[in-house]
Amino acid sequence: MYNMVDVYISERILTPDKSMDKVWERPDLLIDVPNHYCPGCSHSVVHRLLMEVVEELDIMERTIGIAPVGCSVLAYDYLNVDMQEAAHGRATACASGIKRVFPDKIVFTYQGDGDLAAIGTSETIHTVNRGENIVMVFINNGIYGMTGGQMAPTTLEGAKTSTCPEGRNLDLMGHPIKIADMIALLDGAYYVTRQAVHNSKTVRKTKKALLKAFQYQIDGKGGTSFVEIVSNCPSGWKMTPLEANDWLAKNMFEYYPLGNIKIPQKEE
Amino acid sequence: MAKIRGSVTINKQYCKGCELCVYECPQDSLKMSTKLNTKGYHFAFLAEDTCTGCINCALVCPDACITVYRGTKKNQLSTVKKTTNSSSKMALKAL
Repeated sequence: MYNMVDVYISERILTPDKSMDKVWERPDLLIDVPNHYCPGCSHSVVHRLLMEVVEELDIMERTIGIAPVGCSVLAYDYLNVDMQEAAHGRATACASGIKRVFPDKIVFTYQGDGDLAAIGTSETIHTVNRGENIVMVFINNGIYGMTGGQMAPTTLEGAKTSTCPEGRNLDLMGHPIKIADMIALLDGAYYVTRQAVHNSKTVRKTKKALLKAFQYQIDGKGGTSFVEIVSNCPSGWKMTPLEANDWLAKNMFEYYPLGNIKIPQKEE
Repeated sequence: MAKIRGSVTINKQYCKGCELCVYECPQDSLKMSTKLNTKGYHFAFLAEDTCTGCINCALVCPDACITVYRGTKKNQLSTVKKTTNSSSKMALKAL
């Protein structure tokens, strides 16, 4: 921790010179309001990355996003593209409908693990099996963050939550679902990858993955692009943001290894 | 070789004090303030003049409240002169 006395004495905020060029700023498509997420939450990083990607590909006029149920239920308050709210777990079904009615629009869904991997498992699997040409963004933080930290299907073995206070017991509660590996087996999946956003290196990689996923949809090569993002939940895990990111790097990546799971065959 | 000079501005009201940028900064230029913003969070600020404008802090910032500036190669020398002048002026004012 910083020394309070030292900081108080030298607390003069430095400002940039006029000769310096602006090299990075908040994307224009991210609506200029403070977000409601907890300090250090990965959701807002992914929101920002999505908007950067849409801005770079210059597709803001024809992008439609599907908001889920969960912490990111109010995503349409921050993303300045056309948004549609879906019933719990049915975002992919909703996206299929929109994509079929407007084939020239770019459709993406944004879902958490309670939404995509628990109540919406059936919709997820069948959407990918049909090979709908959409982008699915899956935020995997291993807990139900919005409702107060209950056990999710992706909760790791031994992890303590409010509904398994003695740690997840595999005999009683089953195994955590590796949804990306499961989906990669389906022929309808075109691009399946697992990324993270806990430090600057992984943020850059995640942005590249999202760019690829959106590009595949624009090219219309057929098949679903699935981007899983291993995230943190400082409030649900009862940790500070820094502790949560450390815990994520130490424990989550053993069970959910990062990297491409399925890439288009021409690129192999 | 002249050192690349950079700077950041942080929107105090959007900052939630998660300290991810302070941890991520390779130059240790950022610090947490002892003051609070209107929401009651300690906000991050640029305390040291060692920033190189590497954008790492902005990439991890969940609230997208960091704007990054960097001096171009052409004006590297002039900026160094300007800052030394301005800092000496500020020191004089403080006296």
